Amino acid sequence: MLKTELSSAQIKTEKPYRQWGLTDAEYDRFAEKLGRLPNLTEIGLASGMWSEHCAYKYSKPVLKTFWTKNDRVLMGPGEGAGVIAIGEGKAVVFKAESHNHPSAVEPYQGAATGVGGIIRDIFSIGAKPVAILDSLAFGYPDNAHTKQLIDQVVAGIGDYGNAIGIPTVGGETKFASTYAQNPLVNAMCVGVMDESAIQRGKAAGTGNSLLYVGAKTGRDGINGASFASAEFSTEEEANRSAVQVGDPFMEKLLVDACLEVTRDHQEALVGMQDMGAAGLVSSTVEMADKAGYGMVLDLDLVPQREPNMTPFEIMLSESQERMMLCVKAGREDEVSAVFKQYDLDAVVIGHVTDDGRYRLLQHGETVCDVPVSLLTDDAPVYHQQGVKPQRLAHPAPDFVPVVTDAGATLKTLLADPNVADKTSLYRRYDAQVQTNTIVGPGGDAAVIRVRGTHRALALTTDSNGRYLALDPEIGGAITVAEAARNLVATGAEPIGITDCLNYGDPTKPEQFYSLQESAKGIVAATKALNTPVISGNVSLYNETNGEAIDPTPMIGMVGLIEDLSTITTPRFKAAGDLIYLLGETGSDFNGSLLQQVETSTVAGQLRPLDLKREQDIQRTVLSAIRQHLVSAAHDISDGGLAVALTEMTFHTGIGAQVKVAMPAAQLFSETQSRFLVTIPQDQQAAFETLAGAAATLIGKTGGPQLVALAEDGRIDEPISTLQTVWEESLPCLLK
Amino acid sequence: MKAAVISFPGSNCDDDLVHAIRDVVGECAVKVPATATTLAGFDLVLVPGGFSYGDYLRSGAIAKFAPVMAALKQFAQAGGYVLGICNGFQILTEVGLLPGALQWNTSLQFICEPEPLVVANADTAFSSRYEAGQTITLPIAHGEGNYYADPATLAEIEANHQVVFRYAHNPNGSLNDIAGLTNVAGNVLGMMPHPERAVEQLIFGTDGLGVFESLVEATKEGVYAEN
Amino acid sequence: MYKAKIFVNYKPSVLDPKAQVIQNTLTRLGDDNVSHVLVGKYFELTLTAACQAAAEKQVARICDEMLANVNTETFKFTVEEMAVAE
Repeated sequence: MLKTELSSAQIKTEKPYRQWGLTDAEYDRFAEKLGRLPNLTEIGLASGMWSEHCAYKYSKPVLKTFWTKNDRVLMGPGEGAGVIAIGEGKAVVFKAESHNHPSAVEPYQGAATGVGGIIRDIFSIGAKPVAILDSLAFGYPDNAHTKQLIDQVVAGIGDYGNAIGIPTVGGETKFASTYAQNPLVNAMCVGVMDESAIQRGKAAGTGNSLLYVGAKTGRDGINGASFASAEFSTEEEANRSAVQVGDPFMEKLLVDACLEVTRDHQEALVGMQDMGAAGLVSSTVEMADKAGYGMVLDLDLVPQREPNMTPFEIMLSESQERMMLCVKAGREDEVSAVFKQYDLDAVVIGHVTDDGRYRLLQHGETVCDVPVSLLTDDAPVYHQQGVKPQRLAHPAPDFVPVVTDAGATLKTLLADPNVADKTSLYRRYDAQVQTNTIVGPGGDAAVIRVRGTHRALALTTDSNGRYLALDPEIGGAITVAEAARNLVATGAEPIGITDCLNYGDPTKPEQFYSLQESAKGIVAATKALNTPVISGNVSLYNETNGEAIDPTPMIGMVGLIEDLSTITTPRFKAAGDLIYLLGETGSDFNGSLLQQVETSTVAGQLRPLDLKREQDIQRTVLSAIRQHLVSAAHDISDGGLAVALTEMTFHTGIGAQVKVAMPAAQLFSETQSRFLVTIPQDQQAAFETLAGAAATLIGKTGGPQLVALAEDGRIDEPISTLQTVWEESLPCLLK
Repeated sequence: MKAAVISFPGSNCDDDLVHAIRDVVGECAVKVPATATTLAGFDLVLVPGGFSYGDYLRSGAIAKFAPVMAALKQFAQAGGYVLGICNGFQILTEVGLLPGALQWNTSLQFICEPEPLVVANADTAFSSRYEAGQTITLPIAHGEGNYYADPATLAEIEANHQVVFRYAHNPNGSLNDIAGLTNVAGNVLGMMPHPERAVEQLIFGTDGLGVFESLVEATKEGVYAEN
Repeated sequence: MYKAKIFVNYKPSVLDPKAQVIQNTLTRLGDDNVSHVLVGKYFELTLTAACQAAAEKQVARICDEMLANVNTETFKFTVEEMAVAE
């Protein structure tokens, strides 16, 4: 990639940094703050550390507005992952990360290494990874390219998670034309640990050692951080070199060894961090920065897979399955011995200094000598001004669907890949290993038991670009609220979120507007629902040939269940149970799945989300579940009441008869803040007292048919037929 | 009962087996590293699921050369009970303790799903707590679970009643719907489904408990004298 | 120094779903004159040995014990002496 190294003067005139994503102004800023012209290694490190992926230079002003702290939060954003207390001395650790660009280029390895990376973030805190979720978004599977992409992404996620022995318990797969060129591959990992064992990624204490652990460094994925922070052009085939290969076997050893060190050698360990984006440089610089120290590294000691690597290549390689540990001086052998036992490389490559400088040596020469802060605090922050896009300034009139045969409309929606059964995808993931999975993929949220406690965690991911496309602020709030509804329906109290912010080019004012406005919605909803943001990442530049995706924040949310006997699922449990609709239904068809299916696009205005009402409905459902009044609960989302009700019949053989005071079209309306619950008849009085006016009795479970009588139409279909339509659609589309 | 769970680098169901036997069944189970050279003192040896040594060459192919293998063969040849689950089954065929081989599922995809199984032989140390013909549901989670043996071997397997579990709806292309089978002597069982994942009502139901309870009974009877 | 080039593939009697998928796809794409597909693995080993025969004997053993599962797979190999550059 770089034949003969350019001199500092040549760099200034030939500007090679442009291809790594740095602007001339950023180069000038770096040189000015350094007080001299940087050499190739130094400016290379800047390109990684000052990328959006590492420095959040465009998103920082937005991220600062996030609500990140309540009395449960033990560690918020800024570390490998966030930590929340869940009682009985235990804590949950979680984070989500996007791997959109690598997955578009090389879907199998891109998705696999996305999973590998997020797992490392979790055990770097000292937590045992216990669950993976994935949130995927593709174009409609109507062409060979997309089908192949879906197959390879699913295979990559599965092969990594299955081999390492962490169950993939949930997630979502969305389909919309906006993702055809820019698929979204967001992976979330959840870990559990003792509250007392939290590790931080810091390198403190002069003379302490920096221990490099895991796979050797090769020329793979060099400068992936700035790659992830650049827009796509279909002509740039050269981008292919930027993808790394994952080795789940190595990572399994790494997890076990690192957890053994945090458990048995805590006294010897100062800090630990994953080598993720911008590899060796970002892990070490961030560790020094957080502790307020400097460091010196001898690159000749870095385990290398290939000969003649330059400092630039060594420092910016994103070879997978590597960790950086800071170990107390004199105790290196004790820690190394643990890794040797697992046949892993563990090599001291440098030590902590008190001068705040970041120095690299190779072949006895200093190849980099810059202040640590120059690579971190001195990175530029851009305060962009958002501009409201034209289409939002003049929204289309309300979409008014014409529903003449509600049964046929229902079947169309059940067959849409967004609603259709995803078993054919998620059965390729091991969802049961570790034997804690109480509710696996396919429900509103996954539920896993927390070993050593009487508690369980509910986990979900949610995204909805359709709503954001119409109104980023309301759409952002809806995404958070819907994730919370998924958890509440299982009987869990939402306790916190992680996010992947998937947007277009932030230097374009209209794209930045979406980011800024959706953050407002997210902040308001997280405050109302008491779910602080404890970790996350941004993926900007999701554009191909200038065309951006719909703004798509992915919300990964975790909920707590304190009583295992209250875990609730969406399926009907018995015939004769009463069916209640909670919340009010209006004509909310703008941005609905029905609109997308019928018109192939979304348009119109969203109604604002009433967060107070949302909060009240969620509290009511949760109280009813906790009082053991509810036999099944399901939130109403894509496809409205009719789809939600149908989903409750699947695999039960139990139908339903309901009568609603609304036009038939509203059976498919996507009014927010609604649930369906079933109540055994002997709990009717207790439930009605609790729920009051919020709940409307609409019918009863039982019979072989799904019968829904509306004011001007009806659905009357055998549940077996509906299930077949739902089950057969996706396998058929993906053939 | 004192059970050893062999832990190869890359095994990932070893902890689940220990949990099932120790915390649920209430018997003794310990992990034994693949570097161990003896299995003396154990009533039962379990070869767990996972991806031993990454399974990069072929499932179970590298585990065959682990130091513990000599002891395992000796243990089995002396009549000790050996249960290989998933990757453990693949390993047992690789080392020749069980006939045949496990190939890629015909769909070429990893499959994780609840699988109804018919108990084909309840007259073994691993299945005495079930009834012949009974249907149980256990989870499967594998990419290479498609059982193959040449026609002569297959005929022999059937003649000897070595098949213990058959798939009710064959998910992977296994010949004769074989989900689990023993050696001729009946002291070594390999199965692709995971009984250790189905021992608690809360998690997956308790259909797998019978395998471990059968073994507790068998080891109590002293069928096998310690070597 | 010798270089062994080893091919491992399924025995003809064993169903190979990967080959089946490739064959079906070729037929679908119009390459219906392709009558047989064989999918295998290829290995290269570089080794020292006293002589060609010794190298061949050792490679055969490695194939038999490790690289192939003789229940379902067969193997063939070539061993060539390499020009050594000192």
